[in-house]
Amino acid sequence: MTEPVLSIKNLKIALPEGADRDFAVNDISYDLYAGEILCIVGESGSGKSMSANATMGLLPDLVRPVGGEIIFEDTDLLKLSEAQMMDLRGKKIAMIFQEPMSALNPLMRVEDQIAEVFEAHGLLAPKERATRAIELLTEVGIPDPEKAARAYPFQLSGGQRQRVMIAMALALEPRMLIADEPTTALDVTTQAQILELIRNLQEKHGMAVMFITHDFGVVAEIADRVAVMQYGKIVEAGTADAVLDNPQHEYTQKLIAAIPKLAAEASEETAGKTPILEVEGLNKTYVTGGGLLFSKPRIVHAVNDVNLTLSEGETLGIVGESGSGKSSVGRCLVRLMQPDSGTVKLAGHDMAQLSGEALREARKSIQMIFQDPYASLNPRSKVGRIIAEGPMAHGVSKQEAYARAVKLLELVDLDALAIDRYPHEFSGGQRQRIGIARALALEPRVIIADEAVSALDVSIQAQVLDLLAELKERLNLALIFITHDLRVAAQICDRIAVMQKGRVVELGPAHAIFNNPQSDYTRTLIEAIPGREKELAAAG
Amino acid sequence: MADFWKRFARNRGAVIGLAILAVVILVALLAPLLFPQSPWRMVQRPFLPPFSMDQYPLGTDALGRDVISGLAYGAQVSLLVGLVSTVAALLIGIPIGALAGYFGGWVDDALMRFTEFFQTVPSFALAIVLVAIFQPSIESIIAAIAIVSWPPVARLVRGEVLSLRSREYVEAAILSGQSNLTIILRQVLPNTISPIIVLASLMVATAILLESSLSFLGLGDPNLMSWGYMIGAARTVIRQAWWLSFFPGVAILLTVLALNLIGEGLNDALNPRLARRGK
Repeated sequence: MTEPVLSIKNLKIALPEGADRDFAVNDISYDLYAGEILCIVGESGSGKSMSANATMGLLPDLVRPVGGEIIFEDTDLLKLSEAQMMDLRGKKIAMIFQEPMSALNPLMRVEDQIAEVFEAHGLLAPKERATRAIELLTEVGIPDPEKAARAYPFQLSGGQRQRVMIAMALALEPRMLIADEPTTALDVTTQAQILELIRNLQEKHGMAVMFITHDFGVVAEIADRVAVMQYGKIVEAGTADAVLDNPQHEYTQKLIAAIPKLAAEASEETAGKTPILEVEGLNKTYVTGGGLLFSKPRIVHAVNDVNLTLSEGETLGIVGESGSGKSSVGRCLVRLMQPDSGTVKLAGHDMAQLSGEALREARKSIQMIFQDPYASLNPRSKVGRIIAEGPMAHGVSKQEAYARAVKLLELVDLDALAIDRYPHEFSGGQRQRIGIARALALEPRVIIADEAVSALDVSIQAQVLDLLAELKERLNLALIFITHDLRVAAQICDRIAVMQKGRVVELGPAHAIFNNPQSDYTRTLIEAIPGREKELAAAG
Repeated sequence: MADFWKRFARNRGAVIGLAILAVVILVALLAPLLFPQSPWRMVQRPFLPPFSMDQYPLGTDALGRDVISGLAYGAQVSLLVGLVSTVAALLIGIPIGALAGYFGGWVDDALMRFTEFFQTVPSFALAIVLVAIFQPSIESIIAAIAIVSWPPVARLVRGEVLSLRSREYVEAAILSGQSNLTIILRQVLPNTISPIIVLASLMVATAILLESSLSFLGLGDPNLMSWGYMIGAARTVIRQAWWLSFFPGVAILLTVLALNLIGEGLNDALNPRLARRGK
């Protein structure tokens, strides 16, 4: 085999004192060869980004490498001075990041940002830089490159911004590209396009690509070789096929098993059951701008004539990409947002018309679980208080409310002692359990889970999904599950509503949606799920 | 708490500031014990230079009053005015800011226009007018300083509340049926405390400066010895007796500097993510 482009040997990176472990990465070694894509996979906190950051010399101040070497073109990158590193960055090794909006300068036109890459290395005349910028934008497949070059980052979509980032990374034809979760912030269809683009460019330029991700679906799409990381160590490494089809290490097996399967089972008919929530003709528009005399207001139809029914004990999935209006529907249902028109009948009462005391009373039976386990719990309240607050606001005595909080904590598999602790003492998954306990505290009949598991690692996600399914069964809850992740929807939902641009484009039993999608949009969505082909091949 | 102290102590200036403030507080508390006689009492010949008599180390003023005793009693006045007026300003500013930020709409408009009304008038001029109307006394000075210094508090709290009220835990509280008052007091305000504490420490410093300026102009409480009054009384004789304005000036400088340093340290300790790195 040829010489590796990058060779990491026994790298050790120390964390500052007081961190949960001593080393961010502990004695890891791997090689990266030209013309291959190496995926580094791991859950949050596994140290998967650390070796890449060390390669680029981008480690945070308090984190420093204490052992090993990173060999690139016969030099140890850890020994280079900052000036030498600057010369290397961009020219020989380039990097793209997760959030293209914050990685681009919001006040600079795209072409100037690309030209800046040449300028930083003192290459090309200003005129050539501009032409080269257009060439690069063409190469990364941006529609209308001339126009995109004159645009500011906020005028581009997320996928286009990521393409600009890739164009900048390619500008100096680096030998190696580091991609740190480059598609995590993107919609599934956009993600599929970006993955394809990275794959094509890598083949065309013969680059070595280090691709860091948490998503095994993405790994299946793109990787040649895989390294799985846990607690700062590489627990398993090998070719993509070997690791995905025949994982050796227990942790890899657990991770792969935790990925929700794409096949939805045919569930029992829910038609005979009594509907608990009926939504008819729901509309919500946002009007922005139009403050000045001559500017036209921009009207966004976030929810456009949506009709849904939810039976007792049923799970209805609302699936869509960002901006499809799926969260707006959820918020209209609980009246965190006032719908423009339409009725929301909850056990006979029209939620959309209630106000004041009646609304407060009606909300007891419809509660919500939020997306962000960090933002959804008040950092200055103890867990017991967080759960007991709702019942107390409805006149339950403090003692009884706290007693109920203890029971609820046990119900969501948390220790009763948690009651006296603050949210920051818990992990993301545990916090989400606290959020679920809070939603259950008022004994609701309907729960709306708005992206309730999307911020969680895949193994934690599986646990929380199991818990939700179990609670639903035990308490006879009806669940509206809002998600962008079709795999999750396939696992938990009885019926699925697919939303696009504020409209429900398809509504039906989950297995029908997956096996026989009727609308074009649903078909595109399903085809874009990363790792799908591999799964289909494995299944049959 | 130990963690908080560790982050605070990392800023060396803040620790120095805390030490200076501790000395000032100690002197203020012990003034009646150290100097049992009234600071207004004439004890020696006028214009006694500093360091010439052990009993009066900082000399005497134009009427033969002990300067060091005046400084000690002045510390009492400065700290009292600084603290009480800041608390009063917080009591006005926090509710206004919280209501404006939480309810938005016309409530916000009305309260913010009201706030701007106070902001557009130069604060020192307004303070002079208020004290002049109400007769100079320690109460009227405190009230005047509080009235001119609450608008920044209201603006800060409003901004914080605006960003906090769309947090998911506030939405969860709305869904669980809590009243607006409970939500403001329980969910929103506790999370605005850090920036308020930082602002308050700086406001104490500003209040001390304002009080000194008022006293300098002769609008201080005539029954209380204060640093500003001492400088004001000494300004006509600054060429003959430099020490009369110098020592009170240093006292004001050190106290205000100490409070500013503490404010910066609190900011580092309470907002660890904003703390400047690499120091």
